[in-house]
Amino acid sequence: MNSAYTVPAVALVVVATVLVGAFGLRMSRTTSDFYVASRTVGPRLNAAAISGEYLSAASFLGIAGLVLVQGPDMLWYPVGYTAGYLVLLLFVAAPLRRSGAYTLPDFAEARLASQGVRRLAGAFVVGIGWLYLLPQLQGAGLTLAVLTGSPGTLGGVIVAVVVVAIVAAGGMRSITFVQAFQYWLKLTALLVPALFLLLAWQSDGAPRHAFDEPAAFRAPRTVRVGSTLDLRLDRPLTVTVHGTVDGRPYPGEPVRLAAGTHRLGGGTRLTFRSGDPVPAADRAGTGGMSTSLAAGREERPLYATYGLILATFLGTMGLPHVVVRYYTSPHGVAARRATVAVLGLIGAFYLLPPLYGALGRLYAPELTLTGDADAAVLLLPDRMIGGLGGDLLGALVAGGAFAAFLSTASGLTMAVAGVLTQDVLPSRGPLPARGVRHFRLGTVLAMAVPLAVSVLAGGLPVADAVGLAFAVSASSFCPLLVLGIWWRRLTPPGAAAGMLAGGGAAFVAVAVTLAGLPGTGPPHALLAWPALWSVPLGFLTMVLVSLATPGRVPPGTAAVLARFHLPEPPGTEAKA
Amino acid sequence: MSGFLAGLCVAVLPLLAAGFWLGRRTARTPRPGGLGTPVEHATFRTLHTASLAAPPLRAGLTEETARRSARRLRSLLGTDALCLTDDTRVLAWDGVGAHHRAEIMERLTGPLETGRGEAFRLGCTAPDCPVRWAVVAPLTVDDRVHGALVACAPRESAVLVRAAAEVARFVSVQLELADLDRSRTRIVEAEIKALRAQISPHFVFNSLAVIASFVRTDPERARELLLEFADFTRYSFRRHGDFTTLADELHAIEHYLSLVRARFGDRLAVTLQIAPEVLPVALPFLCLQPLVENAVKHGLEGKAGTCRIRLTARDAGAEALVVIEDDGAGMDPGLLRRILAGEDSPSGGIGLSNVDDRLRQVYGDDHGLVIETAPGAGMKITVRLPKYQPGVHSSARLGSGPAN
Repeated sequence: MNSAYTVPAVALVVVATVLVGAFGLRMSRTTSDFYVASRTVGPRLNAAAISGEYLSAASFLGIAGLVLVQGPDMLWYPVGYTAGYLVLLLFVAAPLRRSGAYTLPDFAEARLASQGVRRLAGAFVVGIGWLYLLPQLQGAGLTLAVLTGSPGTLGGVIVAVVVVAIVAAGGMRSITFVQAFQYWLKLTALLVPALFLLLAWQSDGAPRHAFDEPAAFRAPRTVRVGSTLDLRLDRPLTVTVHGTVDGRPYPGEPVRLAAGTHRLGGGTRLTFRSGDPVPAADRAGTGGMSTSLAAGREERPLYATYGLILATFLGTMGLPHVVVRYYTSPHGVAARRATVAVLGLIGAFYLLPPLYGALGRLYAPELTLTGDADAAVLLLPDRMIGGLGGDLLGALVAGGAFAAFLSTASGLTMAVAGVLTQDVLPSRGPLPARGVRHFRLGTVLAMAVPLAVSVLAGGLPVADAVGLAFAVSASSFCPLLVLGIWWRRLTPPGAAAGMLAGGGAAFVAVAVTLAGLPGTGPPHALLAWPALWSVPLGFLTMVLVSLATPGRVPPGTAAVLARFHLPEPPGTEAKA
Repeated sequence: MSGFLAGLCVAVLPLLAAGFWLGRRTARTPRPGGLGTPVEHATFRTLHTASLAAPPLRAGLTEETARRSARRLRSLLGTDALCLTDDTRVLAWDGVGAHHRAEIMERLTGPLETGRGEAFRLGCTAPDCPVRWAVVAPLTVDDRVHGALVACAPRESAVLVRAAAEVARFVSVQLELADLDRSRTRIVEAEIKALRAQISPHFVFNSLAVIASFVRTDPERARELLLEFADFTRYSFRRHGDFTTLADELHAIEHYLSLVRARFGDRLAVTLQIAPEVLPVALPFLCLQPLVENAVKHGLEGKAGTCRIRLTARDAGAEALVVIEDDGAGMDPGLLRRILAGEDSPSGGIGLSNVDDRLRQVYGDDHGLVIETAPGAGMKITVRLPKYQPGVHSSARLGSGPAN
């Protein structure tokens, strides 16, 4: 991969983001015409902004890697990420907008009139935000490492610094335009190379065996193993080894490996011949974005799939950076329309990553060995097209990947920083300076924690960390939103208990899984895919505790629910 | 290994955060004791209990507030039972012997009329009932009896009579403060109404005069202006709801400015920069229009050239930042401070201080107007509007304002 084109591409994306963020509004909206100046954000623009903020590293890189390594089963990921908006559209979008809440803690306060529930919701926003930021930073590190060979954490540090600088300086003034721009950038960065890759695939004779048989090398290829791993061979295989196999050093000679498991030392280079099957690798939970949790998935595919479906279907509505975008819609109907448009935009985007995954299985099968499967999207242009064209397309993809990190990370950072500023940091000090200084402090804090964890922990399973963030969100905010909007007997103690039981349990499961504690077996599967039991637990606790405390139903509930559900006065839709 | 570290971080961080929060919470309310003599401890404890009983009563005397404060008041008096009544019924009974409710209400008619406390024996048939005597201390606000505090005890005690009277006086003071709060709210409401009415005299006269001047020369223009005038007055005389959206307020400002432009023509140059994200923000009705009116007045005052007004609304996290700037005559900051403090009220100053008061009333003291000005240097007014504030909902939806 040629970093001569990549680095400028990434820099260009960063600069363009900053420029659109700082001047987009000034150029388009400085006017003396009230009609122009007070035009509200239309559903389509808002939908592009929501999509731009939503499509993260896990979508851009992770899905292709998962499909590459584990095959078409992983298509549930894009399906779930999209279908979450269907649930949001049906149950939440319009009432949430009509509630007038800007953030999830605001919603909790508006519905339940309780400071305690508000603080609890704030804590969950921070927790989910940090859990979701972690994979973004990891993904950035991986991208930069693959593209330029820099140390693994550098990319994460760069994204963190850029995001903190932009957000803390108030540079995201025209945030809707920025995020909409990021969506179209990401779509372009995947779509254009995909068209060229398909052409290359056509001219290659359109091989169709991507998922039919064990992947095989189509050309002689040398693979460098990053860290120690176990290689499982079903049949004996002859490879040229440069490094250590089963503890014995080889200086670069052909070795016949018997069927069975072989341990490769870190840094070993294997050269496969054309037509060799790609051996399977066992890696103990420290792989890239897409190789972790595979054990649990292989053992109990049905349970894991349902856990994933529930988490992604119900988790989307609780993502703090998605919820704040709904405030921009002028009214409930517009919020609903924006969600429909989001379904279209995201659905279109998610057609592309599986394509990369399938092509990756054909043309870069060795990625399953090196643990860099998430880099498939980045490496394919170079691999399949090559030359200047390949370099340019690779640079485009790299720029799109950085757009993914930047947009999601900045949205999350703003959401987390907002909660930290409002509900956590002490409110003392001289008045005018306080707001700004506090927000900056909050921004730094919001980014510092996940950055520290990602630097300390390194190599965290990325797509799965996103899945876990979805699980926590589905178990805590989904019950709060759905019951808060549709059930008039919800009480503050019930909401708090439900969020603590469901979200707290999911959070503990996440922590235990990330620590790699249960290892294998049924407990591991249960904890790695918590949504299937933690979501019902959250709902049940919320309902039961609410029923047990009928005296604590907030006084204004009827009026609040009427406001959530009554449509806007006729005539408003036509004008906005 | 690294996964383990990450898990550890994820698990430990919330604990640390929770510990930090708990530490702050407990540090903020130091336990009484540990300082001073036993007598002083007792004083601290009494004062602490009294301070805990006060806040609920600040909302006035209702069943809810009586229930919440009765327990504290009883521990303050150290009696077996304590009851709070209004002038017709028992609001809250804390402690034993709740079967005396009806009897006490009967016996209260006298004290409630005279406003004087008394102690009487309870006629109780239950042999094991621990309360035999009741001490009544009326709660008075502005020499009017609002209710009574009744302390029940096993025997008659002069100390209890005295203590009950003192506690009743303390409660009365809290109720008086509640009354004061209510009247303050009423004053602000009246001020909002006053402001709506206040627009009309000058403005109505000037606008009508301008429209009249166009009737013969340019009837079409006159018609347009009349419609603008109708739209603006419809908005400002609107009776339902105290809140509106930034978009609707901008519409009103637009109508206002087109009427002003008809009078001053090219002397008025307005530039707008509105972030579309903040258009749905709910804000107190007519709180930006007076600021624009103020800018127009200052901008045109005492100079012949063009007056430039700049209206900016920016997205700033959980807040919207609205800035109104003019390049007019400016003002002496000292005079402005006096106007905002209500000590001085020259023509036009009432608008500013009223907006300031209402913003503080709705959003808290953090969100008053921030004004930067000096004589000859123009004026810049900054308003910070939270995107969400409990109780602030625009009654009219976005975009439902009068159409052009």
